[in-house]
Amino acid sequence: MNKRLNRRGFLQGSLVVSAAATISLAGKSQAATFEGYPDSMGVLVDLSRCVGCRSCEAACNKEQQLPAPEKPFNDFSVFDELLHGQKRRTDETRYTVVNRYEIPGREHPLYRKIQCNHCQEPACLTSCFVNAYTKTPEGAVIYNPDVCVGCRTCMVACPFLIPTFRYSSAFHPRIMKCVFCYDTRLTKGRPPACVEACPQEALTFGRRTDLLDVGRQRIRENPGSYEDHIYGEHEVGGTAWMYLSPAPFEQVGFDTTVPKEPILNYVKDFLSIVPMVLTIWPALFAGFHLLAKRKEKMEQPKKNEGEV
Amino acid sequence: MKSSPKAVIAAAVLMLAGLLAPGRGLAVDQMDAPETVTIKALAELYQPVEFSHVRHAKLARCKDCHHHTTGQQDMDPNCIRCHAQSPENTKVGCQDCHSRKQFYPEQVTARDNPNLYHIDKPGLKGAYHLNCVPCHVKKNAPSGCEGCHALTESGKQLFQVQGKTKTAAAKESHAR
Repeated sequence: MNKRLNRRGFLQGSLVVSAAATISLAGKSQAATFEGYPDSMGVLVDLSRCVGCRSCEAACNKEQQLPAPEKPFNDFSVFDELLHGQKRRTDETRYTVVNRYEIPGREHPLYRKIQCNHCQEPACLTSCFVNAYTKTPEGAVIYNPDVCVGCRTCMVACPFLIPTFRYSSAFHPRIMKCVFCYDTRLTKGRPPACVEACPQEALTFGRRTDLLDVGRQRIRENPGSYEDHIYGEHEVGGTAWMYLSPAPFEQVGFDTTVPKEPILNYVKDFLSIVPMVLTIWPALFAGFHLLAKRKEKMEQPKKNEGEV
Repeated sequence: MKSSPKAVIAAAVLMLAGLLAPGRGLAVDQMDAPETVTIKALAELYQPVEFSHVRHAKLARCKDCHHHTTGQQDMDPNCIRCHAQSPENTKVGCQDCHSRKQFYPEQVTARDNPNLYHIDKPGLKGAYHLNCVPCHVKKNAPSGCEGCHALTESGKQLFQVQGKTKTAAAKESHAR
């Protein structure tokens, strides 16, 4: 009797301890939020200015030495292309894509350029178990193909469906995505190739904090011309590439259901428990096991006695 | 766009005249403006543009393109906050204010000046297109890229135009 009570006490106690440890660790993890590197760069995309000329696509293709496109970059029939009912997306041959959107009630269509948004706290980076991704102080989310194992978790993790896999070379796994022209331009103080190519200055390059000022100034000084929102200011915890739109964002293909906090926050609590689970649980359950075994052992002679 | 010495002198004379008599001597200025301007500062991927200043001056008011630097006083309510009393400028060419290079460290750090209101001034290429395209669209003037300037050889290379393409048909569907 005495022994059983003791065991129960031990079990209860250990459960309380592990629960307490879980809660306290989870609590701590939430305090550690990353506000982004100071002076990191970004781009503000103004959809009211884009005319769909595809100069950005052409410039990106050249800068990143991507394979030749199926149709030349001054062929605008690509805007009618649909694949499985979806507009064009980034793939291993193109890091950026412009799509056309007919907006009800607007005389002219709107065009939207997509590319990696270079999140402040990237989900691709969080999801990568070999640390192939890096968020640089300049603001770029870059990728290291040398350590990549080709698991493609980042493609699932990205809320904007941007990273793509080079399926044409399965034995040399390589994720293909916009790197903000990191090594060729960003580190040298030059704007990305697409930004420099844009005739309409629909792409404004600068420090992210300045771009928020620019965006707010455009909204304030052109009443009625823009939605009162900068997409990417808070979406998924903030992105380096941000958008202004004259029409509701969901009408221009934006996912307005993405959370306003980093994707990382959804797994932080869970991830913080992992080390505890890995260290405490083996000892805890080994203890349970030994206790259970001990009871069996103690009861063994009794049984034998009864039989005799 | 180059401001000819003639235009500069005319503007200077106007400024002096402005000191003596109120109001602006607009007519003289307009007549002294260049007849055509060859826009070639950025010509690399596209051929230079022969811009007929005379023709455009008949279609639009000076301030529609030159902001507060020359011409009428009537202005955007946003600009008038500071420029209601601004005198005419001696330099009225686009590239006198809009820089050929844009978004390089000079322009990025320029935003550090807390007294700078124009934190969003377009570069030269942006200034041209943002000024020209909306009006061309509105007045059904050419608004596709090659409607104003044909691609050069290096332009064709960048856009990867190989021989005969379906661009003509495509342009139709791109109607803007």
